[in-house]
Amino acid sequence: MSSSPAVAGAEQVEEPKRSWWRAHSELGVCVFLLALGVLVLTNALTIPSDFTQRGPLGPKAVPVLVGSLLLLVALLLAREVLRGGKAEAEGGEDIDLSTPADWRTVLVLSGAFLANAALIDFVGFPISSAVMFWGAAYALGSRNTVRDPLIAAVLSVGTWLAFNELLGVPLPGGPLMGVF
Amino acid sequence: MDLSNLLDGFATALTPSHLLFAAIGVLLGTAIGVLPGIGPAMAVALLLPVTYGLDPTGAFIMFAGIYFGGMFGGSTTSILLNTPGESAAVVVAIEGNKMAKAGKGAQALAAAAIGHFIGGLIGITLLILLAPVIASYAVNIGAPDYFAFMVLAFVATSTVLGSSRLRGFASLLIGLTIGLVGLDQLTGQARLTFGSLHLADGIDVVIVAVGLFAVGESLWVAAHLRQTMEKPIPVGRPWLGRDDVRRAWKPWLRGPFIGFPFGAIPAGGADMTTFLSYVTEKKLSKRKDQWGKGAIEGVAGPEATSTATAAGTMVTMLTLGLPTTAVAAVMLAAFQQYGIQPGPLLFERESGLVWALIASLPIGLLFLLVINLPMAPVWAKLLRIPRPYLYAGILLFASVGAYAVGGEVLDLIILFAIGVLGFAMRRYGLPVLPAIIGVILGPAAELQMRRALQISDGNLTGLINSPIAVTIYVIIAALLAWPLLRKVLPGGRRSDKQEKIDA
Repeated sequence: MSSSPAVAGAEQVEEPKRSWWRAHSELGVCVFLLALGVLVLTNALTIPSDFTQRGPLGPKAVPVLVGSLLLLVALLLAREVLRGGKAEAEGGEDIDLSTPADWRTVLVLSGAFLANAALIDFVGFPISSAVMFWGAAYALGSRNTVRDPLIAAVLSVGTWLAFNELLGVPLPGGPLMGVF
Repeated sequence: MDLSNLLDGFATALTPSHLLFAAIGVLLGTAIGVLPGIGPAMAVALLLPVTYGLDPTGAFIMFAGIYFGGMFGGSTTSILLNTPGESAAVVVAIEGNKMAKAGKGAQALAAAAIGHFIGGLIGITLLILLAPVIASYAVNIGAPDYFAFMVLAFVATSTVLGSSRLRGFASLLIGLTIGLVGLDQLTGQARLTFGSLHLADGIDVVIVAVGLFAVGESLWVAAHLRQTMEKPIPVGRPWLGRDDVRRAWKPWLRGPFIGFPFGAIPAGGADMTTFLSYVTEKKLSKRKDQWGKGAIEGVAGPEATSTATAAGTMVTMLTLGLPTTAVAAVMLAAFQQYGIQPGPLLFERESGLVWALIASLPIGLLFLLVINLPMAPVWAKLLRIPRPYLYAGILLFASVGAYAVGGEVLDLIILFAIGVLGFAMRRYGLPVLPAIIGVILGPAAELQMRRALQISDGNLTGLINSPIAVTIYVIIAALLAWPLLRKVLPGGRRSDKQEKIDA
């Protein structure tokens, strides 16, 4: 690909552009805040306030205030980012900020979590959360094919019993727990 | 009169089932304090679903045990591993870990545990003496004062914590927006529900708290999981020599008087007070040569401070219904789950519950001293839990909490969305606490403001027509103008240090 000089030139222009966006990815936060502000404001304006209003301030006032402040903070933050201000990512004992973000782990972990949401109504809490636990442990690097599923099963059945039987908080047992 | 309330409280707290909840609370709290990545706020958030099944007294006795236990357990990791299990235990790592490296780990652990006990005892005594007095005064404060207090909580948590005030406010506004979702409390009109019946009930605080603390943290850890783990310094049973006691007793007694008052105001919680205590002890110490090499004063003072801070936090939460730390915010959410409104009337309406909760605190402290002093090295073994299991378990309990709210899959999806939000907030340095405070206090603040304006018939002076409210707005103005003032005033260096500790 790079044999053609024109393409190589284009790539060279592309490269600093992409890294500029990467260095200023915090602008995404500003876009999010801006969008949220617009959403809150437009929603507030659709609230009919001519009737049922009690007192001088209707249901619109606070959303309008919050929405406007969101827009203001979004703009101020954008100014700070463009002037070279940088967010300090949160540290922690299990967190190593010197390594680049591991998106694969995040995606597999998210998949495990969403699998639970997709399965819980069909197979019940014990099975769906065991699947999630095993999937999450796998995502985070655990590869013990005996211990991982065993802990997952014990923990999810134990939690189900504790909530269903001891605390009286109903969780769906699913077909597996139907035998009890 | 108060004494009889307290004795009744002890009678309730000493029943076998409540003793059991206290024991579970302190055991869980210590474990959570020792474990990295999971703090007392996240723990209480994850346990919020028990409020659907337990009686309130038992639940709050357990939550208080978790809060105080977290303070005890956090210092163990700080001392033995130099990685604090809690943000409140950052300071103790400075001298405590040096002591452990110099072979004095046993003394450091003992100084910390006894410091927690003394600090907690003094803090709880102050709580017992002051809370009813504050509550009886606060009964008379009106809607404008409440609104002012809440605005103070908003501004203080957004500006004092963290390194960037702008990002603090961004976080607060996100929280306020989440709090807006649902039906307006006064007129019943739908806001930000987009026609969804499910959203008309609002987004449950349990889901927001669990999403931001637990799911957000798990995703964030997944992106940057530390692959190499440090080994804790092996240590024997904690004990103190006579010389150690001679050096530690004054810091033990001084710490609580730093921690309690600053815990009661929204000033950054134990992260800030332990740092203040550290600086104070270093200044007062006669043996400055020892600092930086493992000075026992640097362990004793901050640790006595941190537990007293927790007691101070409880005063504001119980008497005014205002959370000054993340744990208090989540406990406030638990009160809301039970339909109980903390505030000055709590001591009248829920006298039995409040005094049982207060009486359970010294009992919990005694448990904590027993399980921490001889067994600190055993707790340190918890650090060997493989991280994949730890965070998979956190996710499991997070989904239980969200699903148990209403048994709906949509809640799990919302939980995940808020978790992704929590992830982004950690990535871009938006502190989590202002968002939580915004979700929990936002609706109440709106209600108080509209009430105040109803009374004054729309006149904005209705918000500032009391001396308390005016005083609070002056404090808020000072907080907002602080960066300007700091440039004008000499000696702005200390706050730079503070920011480093916070980070």
